[in-house]
Amino acid sequence: MTDSTESPDLTRRNGFTRIKEGTYGGLFAVCAIVTLLTTVAIFATLLYDAVVFFSEVPVVEFLTSTEWSPNPAGGGQTFGIVPLLIGTVTVTVMAAFIALPIGTLTAIYLSEYATPNARSILKPLLEILAGIPTVVYGYFALVYVTPALKATLFPEMSTFNALSASLMIGIMTIPMVSSISEDAMSAVPDSLRQAGYGLGATKFEVSTGIVVPASISGIASSYILAVSRAVGETMIVVVAMGAQARMPAVREAVFGIPYVNPADVLLDSGMTITVAMVQIAGGDLVGGTLPYDSMFALGLALFVVTLVMNVLSDIIAERYREEY
Amino acid sequence: MSNTETETKTESDGSDSLITTDVQAEQNDRSAPSTRTAVAARNLNVYYGDEQAIKDVTMDIPEKRVTALIGPSGCGKSTFLRTINRMNDMIDICRVEGDVEFGGKNVYDPDVDPVALRRKIGMVFQKPNPFPKSIRDNVAYGLKIQGFDSDVDARVEESLKGAALYEEVKDQLDSSGLELSGGQQQRLCIARAIAPDPEVILMDEPTSALDPVAASKIEDLIDDLAEEYTVIIVTHNMQQAARISDRTAVFLTGGELVEYDDTAKIFEDPEEQRVEDYITGKFG
Ligand SMILES: Nc1ncnc2c1ncn2[C@@H]1O[C@H](COP(=O)(O)OP(=O)(O)O)[C@@H](O)[C@H]1O
Ligand SMILES: [Mg+2]
Repeated sequence: MTDSTESPDLTRRNGFTRIKEGTYGGLFAVCAIVTLLTTVAIFATLLYDAVVFFSEVPVVEFLTSTEWSPNPAGGGQTFGIVPLLIGTVTVTVMAAFIALPIGTLTAIYLSEYATPNARSILKPLLEILAGIPTVVYGYFALVYVTPALKATLFPEMSTFNALSASLMIGIMTIPMVSSISEDAMSAVPDSLRQAGYGLGATKFEVSTGIVVPASISGIASSYILAVSRAVGETMIVVVAMGAQARMPAVREAVFGIPYVNPADVLLDSGMTITVAMVQIAGGDLVGGTLPYDSMFALGLALFVVTLVMNVLSDIIAERYREEY
Repeated sequence: MSNTETETKTESDGSDSLITTDVQAEQNDRSAPSTRTAVAARNLNVYYGDEQAIKDVTMDIPEKRVTALIGPSGCGKSTFLRTINRMNDMIDICRVEGDVEFGGKNVYDPDVDPVALRRKIGMVFQKPNPFPKSIRDNVAYGLKIQGFDSDVDARVEESLKGAALYEEVKDQLDSSGLELSGGQQQRLCIARAIAPDPEVILMDEPTSALDPVAASKIEDLIDDLAEEYTVIIVTHNMQQAARISDRTAVFLTGGELVEYDDTAKIFEDPEEQRVEDYITGKFG
């Protein structure tokens, strides 16, 4: 291929190099396509079986019925997602209440305040926290957290309850929030901090007024991940929250506005969408039956919930975005 | 901290506010020697670990004048600048000996709060570093953290005018500061620095990341700023120092202040052979 003259060799590469380059490109593309196809296939399966289910149980009934009993002993199944949704939302909101603030503050500490020494100890510790199997969190909630709460704050708490489960899910997702947020904060250029200090900002003002806004999209994605994780968490719920699809009692308030006492939801057992799916899958599963198909309807509902959350948080993050 | 009697070598010490006003009126003529000292270093030594970056520097920096710090790379110009507003505090291994006086007070006294100090001494950096916020929020940042809440918009406008940027951005105050060109960003940073109305503005090679046209705009601006502020500027561009400064300090390797005099004197007839060699490009 090379010229015999002195001029630089500018000819197009042929042969092995080109094949190699082409192969790399192809390999990467195949991996990308496999991921994409898997997602599409999962969604298609969900959709297909869900459609079968909804041909038997109307969507409106599924969305509004307040009872979930797919396999009652005496016959007469009811497929109402409301109690499951209450369980999922309770667990997610409570877990988010713990994980998002603590995770964010931890990230600010690690990125802005911690000495290199403190950071080198804390970061691995947090990663260990993230590596504990969720079933361990579940048993911890059941064996330690619930008895402790019962003995101190809430004597009326039942053995399986939403509060302990949510607490542990929150703690489990702290590392997810803190490590992704910390990465985002550490990536903020130091010149911006210098600018802040140069104007007479305190460390707190620099952290909250400059670093956090500049890393808001990273922080938002850590939130999305943590919340999605809480929505999908199953093991901790099964172990610590029990598996009873319950509707909390609706009480009539003084001014005629009905309300639900949060204690009724938090201190008692309950069931989430994922647990309902596991329960069906764990029974004597026969393909083509209604309970079997309901699993896919639940899966689809979960998918929609997560998707909506993702889109919402994207929109919110976009509003506060300060890209550097 | 601010109104302590100024300790200077010059005749009028400005402890009386009436005198100060007179002096200020007079000082608008920058060819006349400044009568007051804004910042003074006294036997200043700065170390990074065991390495000495500033060696026994003593100098008086006049108020409402442009003082240029020149010298070869690594001679400690930035270090000196950063000792004035204590930005070196954030470098763990940095150690300062001696005094830096600002308004007659040693800024390294234990009772001085560096945060309060930096509110009196603005800083402009080598690379434009606007916040990823709107133009308005950039300029208002210093006001906000200092608790100004009235007339913020007016002060933003005034500061942008002071930085010769207002006409270019007045219709886009809510768009991001990062959408501006490099030179505009640097002027935005200057507007941000002057908004809280500091007494001194420190500039560390503010034009070295800019193209010549943008740089010359900043140079013009610096000239105007000296009407109201004490400007201390690091530059390794000797023509720039000659063009814009009233006083020039030449640092040479090792953090030594070799010569400090009126800019004309330094560039036309320096006392020190080493300074002449440096200025004529024989070394450095
Ligand atoms: N953060 C730092 N840590 C250690 N040494 C430093 C630091 N900053 C500057 N130095 C050293 O101090 C000396 C002076 O640096 P600097 O003030 O940046 O010089 P200049 O601005 O004149 O180029 C150099 O030898 C440099 O290596
Ligand atoms: Mg420098």
